[in-house]
Amino acid sequence: MTNQNTTTKPNQVSRDVVIVGGGLAGLPLALALSAHGVSVSVIDVLDPLSATDAAFDGRISSIALASSRMLQHLDVWADLAAHAQPIADIVVTDGKVREGASPFFLHFDHEEIGDEPLGYMIENRYLRIALLKAVSRAIEKGEPLELLAPAKVSSLNLDSTQPVVSLVDGRELVADLCVAADGRGSMVRDWAGFKTIGWDYDQLGIVTTVEHALPHEGVAQELFLPSGPFAILPMVGNRSSLVWTEKSELGRAIMGLDDVRFAQECEARFGSYLGKVTPVGPRWSYPLSLQLAQDYVKPGVALIGDAAHGIHPLAGQGLNLGLRDVAALAQVVVEAKRLGLGMGQMNVLERYQTWRRFDNVSLALVCDGLNRLFSNDIGPLRFVRDLGLGLVNKVAPARKLFMRHAGGTVGELPKLMQGREI
Amino acid sequence: MSPQATTTGSHANNSDQTGRTTIDPEDVARFSAIAEEWWDPLGKFRPLHKFNPTRLAFIREQLCSHFNRDQSLARPLEGLSLLDIGCGGGLLSEPMCRMGADVTGADASENNIKTAKVHAEQQKLTINYRSIPAEMLVEQNERFNIIINMEVMEHVADLPHFVTSCANLLAPGGVMLCATLNRTFKSLGLAVIGAEYILRWLPVGTHQWSQFIKPDELTGHLNNAGLSVGEFTGVTYNPISDRWSLSKDTAVNYMTIATKPD
Repeated sequence: MTNQNTTTKPNQVSRDVVIVGGGLAGLPLALALSAHGVSVSVIDVLDPLSATDAAFDGRISSIALASSRMLQHLDVWADLAAHAQPIADIVVTDGKVREGASPFFLHFDHEEIGDEPLGYMIENRYLRIALLKAVSRAIEKGEPLELLAPAKVSSLNLDSTQPVVSLVDGRELVADLCVAADGRGSMVRDWAGFKTIGWDYDQLGIVTTVEHALPHEGVAQELFLPSGPFAILPMVGNRSSLVWTEKSELGRAIMGLDDVRFAQECEARFGSYLGKVTPVGPRWSYPLSLQLAQDYVKPGVALIGDAAHGIHPLAGQGLNLGLRDVAALAQVVVEAKRLGLGMGQMNVLERYQTWRRFDNVSLALVCDGLNRLFSNDIGPLRFVRDLGLGLVNKVAPARKLFMRHAGGTVGELPKLMQGREI
Repeated sequence: MSPQATTTGSHANNSDQTGRTTIDPEDVARFSAIAEEWWDPLGKFRPLHKFNPTRLAFIREQLCSHFNRDQSLARPLEGLSLLDIGCGGGLLSEPMCRMGADVTGADASENNIKTAKVHAEQQKLTINYRSIPAEMLVEQNERFNIIINMEVMEHVADLPHFVTSCANLLAPGGVMLCATLNRTFKSLGLAVIGAEYILRWLPVGTHQWSQFIKPDELTGHLNNAGLSVGEFTGVTYNPISDRWSLSKDTAVNYMTIATKPD
């Protein structure tokens, strides 16, 4: 921080870090930084109340074990625990509609790697509510944190020594570091001139909640159907969230079905293991694409979460990658601040990029590859991949590695992901 | 900075923030360019930038423990005066200022001081930069709680006299952090031949190996000046991870802390 910490213009305030985007990556970063004395402003275009409304985001996120440790450390978990469904097992199968699963399947049982669950399933809106509550508590405690929402950013100026973020209402924020946490369509990323690569999957992700007669026992099912992966993710109670990947055209048709027909289509894919299935609540659909930023940092700017990497949702890893970005960037920035180094300097930020980019890109490509391998009905390929699933299932070390990946405990873990103080 | 960045034009350069400068305006442009070079972490001074976090972590920990300050504070050195001898472009002075110390940076080179001043003003840091040798500060009866004496002693002509001057600049109960190069075959190979001739990290002729200082020689000089000497810590470079770290190996770069009695 600057020595005087004064404002240079009447409408200008000075912060250590400005985060554009108060979503599921931006808010945890703000909490992690302010808890360590780094002053933060978070800017979000939406009114916080509307973003927690049930109609705003129907998605459910898997929170890997390591991510849950960080949320505990950031004082967010207490408000989440009642809404978190532990994942005991993950079952992966290759199948066809109305034929059920092939005899080859993968079974990940958490008891093989320890007595903790592999992770939790939590509805996004509960995550938002819990994060906003934690932000309010942090502000009450006097932590150097403010949430400017609803507020819109009009420009980012990187020509002076420090980045300057201008708001539509005329306010200006000067910071050592501006973080882009504004999602896939990140404006900050584009203004700062970061390039992205990627492609469309020509698939639609359909999300909805179903009730079922029989309990799910905490089992997450990943069924690879010819048109794309079909995930049945356990929620609290006798409910599950469907993440149904479908070719775009067919997906749009399914979105248009009435409730009875939609329920029939669900049952054709579910099989009978959960008993009678009843769709409840609205259906959402999201076009699926891969989008990777080539760089994550420039002097004074860093990308996190979906602004840096939008991946296929089949492994439920998108948010976990974002939270790992949060933990790594928070550690790098807090350590730089303690050492009196400029928090937006490249030697500081490069450490974050090196730490996270390889992990993010490799997982993005694994998901891309799995999607390509399974989203078809080519006979020989089917035989080979079923054999592959069977083999992985037979080889305990491979299975354990997959599970640790799902739990997010592979690689050099940032301190927050180990539940430790920075 | 970034050529792709958008420009709003409201304060597109630094000169509007350097209105209080004591430097000739014509010099500002020139020294801004030099400052940019000093402070480019990927540029000419990359080795120093790489090295900096390791020695800053050491300095911070030693000072917090000596002055009984809370390590978790952002500005643990608030209220302590600090002299950075041979401050160059301010690579240590600025972080020490951000840690809360009241910093004076001294360098024999007028150009270095101008460069450091320009950069500190860009960063809105208040640092008292002075182009003055340590001996002159003694004559002016200056006293500091902390002296940072890093990568300087191996360039000094009369080491015992220099160390005595430093000791005289310390307030009672004050501490001096020293870093220098050991005179060993390993340091000849790594710090001179390796860093200057092979890796080209430093200009050839930066270091005279014969002027390097063995830890027991330094202990002798510091004791003669009335200071007691703490443990010696080595700083070693791992070429594979491209990282510096603290170690027990003091054969090349090493650091220590010397304290003045109350």
